Amino acid sequence: MGFYIVQFLTGLSDAASLFLVAAGLSLIFGVSRIVNMAHGSFYMLGAYIAYFIIAALPHTALSFWGGILLATLAVGVIGVIVEIFLLRRLYQSWELFLLMATFAVLLVIQDLARWAFGPEDLMGPMAPGLEGSINIFGALMPVYDLVLIIAAPVVLLALWLLLTKTRWGILVRAATEDREMLAALGVNQKWLFTSVFFIGSLLAGLGGAIQLPKGGADLLMDMNVIAAAFVIVVVGGMGSIPGALLAAIIIGELGSFGVLFLPQSTLVMMFLVMAVVLVIRPYGLMGKPETEGGAGESFESILRPAPRKLRIIGLILLAIIILFPAFAGKYQMTLFGEIAMFALACMSLYFMMGPGGMVSFGHAAFFGGGAYAAALLVHHAHTPMELALFLAPIAMGLLALIIGWFCVRLSGVYLAMLTLAFAQICWSIVFQWSGFTGGDDGILGIWPAKWASNEVVFYYLTMLISIGGILLLRHLLFTPFGYTMRACRDSRLRADSIGINVTRHQWFSFAVAGVFAGLAGGIYVFSKGSVFPDEMSIPRSFDILLSVLLGGIESITGPIVGSTAFIWLEDKISNLDFWRLILGCIYIVLVLAFPQGIGGFFGTKFGHFFANESEKTDGIT
Amino acid sequence: MKASKTVLTAILVLCLTMLFGIPSVFAEGTIKVGEINTYSKLTNFTFPYRNGWKLALEEINKSGGINGKKLEVVSRDDAGKPGNAVRIAKELVTKDKVVLLMGSFFSHVGLALTDFAKRNKVFYLAAEPLSDAVVWAKGNRYTFRLRPSTYMQAAMLADEAAKNPAKRWATIAPNYAYGKDAVKAFKKVLKAKRPDVTFVAEQWPALFKINAGAEIQALKRANPEAIFNVTFGSDLAKFVREGKLRGFFKGKFVASLLTGEPEYLDPLKGEAPVGWLVTGYPWYAIKTKAHTKFLKAYQAKYNTYPRTGSVVGYEMMMSIAHMLKKAKSTDTEKMVDAMEGLTFNGVFGPITYRKIDHQSTMGAYVGYTALKDGKGIMVKWKYCDGKNYLPSDAEVKKLRP
Repeated sequence: MGFYIVQFLTGLSDAASLFLVAAGLSLIFGVSRIVNMAHGSFYMLGAYIAYFIIAALPHTALSFWGGILLATLAVGVIGVIVEIFLLRRLYQSWELFLLMATFAVLLVIQDLARWAFGPEDLMGPMAPGLEGSINIFGALMPVYDLVLIIAAPVVLLALWLLLTKTRWGILVRAATEDREMLAALGVNQKWLFTSVFFIGSLLAGLGGAIQLPKGGADLLMDMNVIAAAFVIVVVGGMGSIPGALLAAIIIGELGSFGVLFLPQSTLVMMFLVMAVVLVIRPYGLMGKPETEGGAGESFESILRPAPRKLRIIGLILLAIIILFPAFAGKYQMTLFGEIAMFALACMSLYFMMGPGGMVSFGHAAFFGGGAYAAALLVHHAHTPMELALFLAPIAMGLLALIIGWFCVRLSGVYLAMLTLAFAQICWSIVFQWSGFTGGDDGILGIWPAKWASNEVVFYYLTMLISIGGILLLRHLLFTPFGYTMRACRDSRLRADSIGINVTRHQWFSFAVAGVFAGLAGGIYVFSKGSVFPDEMSIPRSFDILLSVLLGGIESITGPIVGSTAFIWLEDKISNLDFWRLILGCIYIVLVLAFPQGIGGFFGTKFGHFFANESEKTDGIT
Repeated sequence: MKASKTVLTAILVLCLTMLFGIPSVFAEGTIKVGEINTYSKLTNFTFPYRNGWKLALEEINKSGGINGKKLEVVSRDDAGKPGNAVRIAKELVTKDKVVLLMGSFFSHVGLALTDFAKRNKVFYLAAEPLSDAVVWAKGNRYTFRLRPSTYMQAAMLADEAAKNPAKRWATIAPNYAYGKDAVKAFKKVLKAKRPDVTFVAEQWPALFKINAGAEIQALKRANPEAIFNVTFGSDLAKFVREGKLRGFFKGKFVASLLTGEPEYLDPLKGEAPVGWLVTGYPWYAIKTKAHTKFLKAYQAKYNTYPRTGSVVGYEMMMSIAHMLKKAKSTDTEKMVDAMEGLTFNGVFGPITYRKIDHQSTMGAYVGYTALKDGKGIMVKWKYCDGKNYLPSDAEVKKLRP
């Protein structure tokens, strides 16, 4: 009896910690539509700052709670600084571009924290007076867990009062409902957003600080908490604070009781819950459908076949690529090949994200999945390379058909999070099924066939597949299918009313994206010789997403430019100490300088120069 | 707005030109070796490790280098991604012209490099990766490994744990290859010595995402007499704290992998567990001549005490130096031949790179934890030479491809 009560209370206290982090994230998203990747970093900062304040003071209850309060406020202020100096400049651009900016902040904070707080893990101090445990029917329960269980409803109540009983709260709720209308009514949104960001970051800081007695502070906690926080927010319904609490309780309790029956389930439990909830309730447990026609869609520009001058530049580039082995070293060829493969993967994501209008946070499932499909075929069935390269994209197309069937019923961030959930489920299958997939020891010894093992030959093969794939995807955009796809994105309602099956078109474009990502993954595994579950993991998905955003989704050249910049930067910078700080700063400069992505920037700057004569008179820029 | 954009573009251009400008120095009369590790993550291990090999490099070059040539290390960060590691390995070999590769922390990165070494016939010394596959299932002619593997360390613990009368064991290990291998090896060795032992419960927390309260409760319910723990880092801290609060460790014998290493024991401070059987590195108590010399040099250079990583880095560099001196050549085949059976006196004791599976016989310290001046230490420890904790030659031959 006591055992089950304690197990239940343990689940509740886990839920409370999760809720504190997720509440701030949900609030920020609800109002500003920012997918705030830096939220985990604020959580980490809260833990570190509180640790050092408490360590500097004598160990009393006053200094402990005072330290937590100070750290919480400090993180709120840091959030405000980030908002004023970075995010505020970007509200005009595409929503997901803000994701990239917050990702850059995450990189910067990671390295700054290492520099400021040192590489060692820190064990959190105990709360004075609350160090012990109490006996519940024969089972011991730490007192501090009970404090956490009380803290969550207190925070919920405070937020509820703030949101319903103050003018500020009314404005926030109005902004969550309809931003444009609120602006039209003359409300200064600038400071509203800043204040929301303050409260949101403050909650993240509080979450980090208050968990100190349960754990401590370390440099990995930002990444470790962010996925969980997103899952809670989405399961609860984005923008819904009570929903976040409900979701946190469900996930906390399932985690707590799950380990009793299935100790191996720890990797995937949360994501299974998210997948099930989103399939049944597309807007989370307590969320509302997203309002149609957000800022994202008006930002799209019309796609046109490349003008003649740009085509000439493309041909010159192609000539350089063909002649490259004549004057380049082995390593440059490897790097170029990797850029090309990655560009194909990015292009496939762009295909569903830009013209398809569906953002994916889990594209690595198809990229890594393609790599695994090829590797498994070679490893278990001794399939020749050529056949494996042919079958891998087909397998990924089928996988995308299955996953896509569920995903296209959703839209916006919910769709993106469902792709993430499926990607994580695929990842955990590969990770856990070590008898078949090798688990995290991966599959080794997947090298190209004999005729292609020469570096130059393999370079040409890579280029043929990657550039061929990119051109084919480009071609698809200008077929009737491509035009229909774009029509579905631009106006779902109108497309529907002229008899287009919107969902089916989205489903097929999802599958096409899967096929080409699988192709990129297939050739990738032969260039590396081995594949590990990392290639399917969340960070990999974000690598691909970031590259697409870096290039901008306004033109077809975007993903190519983006992936080139991504691989090249990573290769150049990783020589240096604190390279993530530098990379983060470069990203920040890039998003500020090119709010439409690098490719988009050149499109608007030099588009006029490239445009054909007839288009110039149309006044298209 | 326009002006700020111009400034931003200018900064960007400046950044990029700076990146282009990184020179690659190539001096005459040097031997270049490549080193790859995860410096942007797990810095609590990799930074002391880097200090270790830098110290060794300094000593080697001060005493005349390798047969009159200076040794130079080109070091790179793989960000914990095997794909990056393979690309960097290619770059180091083809562009920087290094004669061999060494390093890496994560097992999967180590395995990717193992395969790269085999394919491209490049000498590779895996420093830290613990996975048994590096030398056994995926072992090859060109790959060697320095650290005692998961199997060896688990065997050292099991050997000592067998002396404890506890019969009902429970295990808790991170849910990935290292955790699984460690539990498997521990079970195998303990069962062989004590057929009366049973394993009654197991928990597999996700790495660095332990659900400590719930998992401890679950283990407690099975009422074990002893625990085998493989968690480390922030998971270990949570496990220890929750376990104490929930009265989990009372009257139970705990055997814990790596917990005696300063990297993992020191962050626990005054809450370090007492009486746990652990593997680790009691740098404060080892009085051998070789270790004292190393300790003095390390403390003089870095003004801090060495961690396990420091010794791994130091011994890695020294292994390479001894091998190069013996091989008198930078030809890969000759280096491999020289490395097979290479013996030298290391910081812990003599190290031999076994010809049979390319595993070094570097050992680890096994002892019990205690508290002293509000800090965890190891007491009643002994040095376990790695050569005594490996399966028989016949078994090893079967394990290798």
